Amino acid sequence: MSETASQQHPIGLYLKIWLLLFVFSAFSYAVDYYQVQGALRWTLILIFMFLKAGLIISIFMHVQWERLSLKYVLFLPLTAIAVLIILMAIEGDYTYLTRLLFFDR
Amino acid sequence: MTSETDKSATYTEPGVAGLVSDWAADRQTFDMPWGKIMMWIFLLSDTFIFSVFLTSYMNVRISATDPWPNASEVFALQMFGEYVPLLLIAIMTFILITSSGTMAMAVNYAYRGDIKKTVWLIFATALFGASFVGMQAFEWSKLIEEGVRPWGNPWGASQFGSAFFMITGFHGLHVTGGVIYLLWTARRVNSGYYEGKDLAIVEIAGLYWHFVDLVWVFIFAFFYLW
Repeated sequence: MSETASQQHPIGLYLKIWLLLFVFSAFSYAVDYYQVQGALRWTLILIFMFLKAGLIISIFMHVQWERLSLKYVLFLPLTAIAVLIILMAIEGDYTYLTRLLFFDR
Repeated sequence: MTSETDKSATYTEPGVAGLVSDWAADRQTFDMPWGKIMMWIFLLSDTFIFSVFLTSYMNVRISATDPWPNASEVFALQMFGEYVPLLLIAIMTFILITSSGTMAMAVNYAYRGDIKKTVWLIFATALFGASFVGMQAFEWSKLIEEGVRPWGNPWGASQFGSAFFMITGFHGLHVTGGVIYLLWTARRVNSGYYEGKDLAIVEIAGLYWHFVDLVWVFIFAFFYLW
């Protein structure tokens, strides 16, 4: 069989990742519980989010051990989403300012 | 599939050179069962669906002139006379992570050929998933009772309701579908249908389940915590 199908990891690896995901979730919940606000809040939320997503993708979904041909198929298209996010953020700001100008509030 | 041994020898080149030879050589590009690459392509398309949901949520939240309802207060639960922020959401998050852990172990035991443990771990995963959906139903009915509608709510920007129902509803549908998919997989594995065969089917179901968990990570961060 192929390299990816025959690979074996000890169960302990999954338990460790599971524990890490628990800890990161608890941290991001703590950010809300202790009402951390402003730039620090957004930075912490994003850090814990990307750490959790990275662990799930690379270990649980085994992407870390996949070949580069699959990784490119999965991650190159995401640049289109990044462009969409930037465009829609600009568009949202524009709509907000237009509403402030023309809506009677 | 007589050339299985020759084929595996050709997928050993690492890095960019391997990428080039995977695409250029006279063989199948992706070194995996067709069901697995199809699941990956499906998950990529699903990534786009959820990304578009979350991006449109970002867009309406930026452009709303009314204040956005404070998720920390909206989703607070009263426990022992005190309001605990996001309590139910935190429990749901931990349950989904736990189900992802049991699924990862199910995949591992499937490749070890331990059918019994595989079936029980998939079953546990489905059970965690079902309890997640149950809690979401509770959360929805609580919010509907408090007057949240897709067109308005008592606390502020009316776009809150439509974003909430659309995003969590679509995710909940994915979890529900996943529970059915997992139960079906467990039944098939248990029936001995795959005896002596490759148990890649468990890994493929696992990919779907981990993806559902992955989407929740982003919903949790952007919708509930932001």
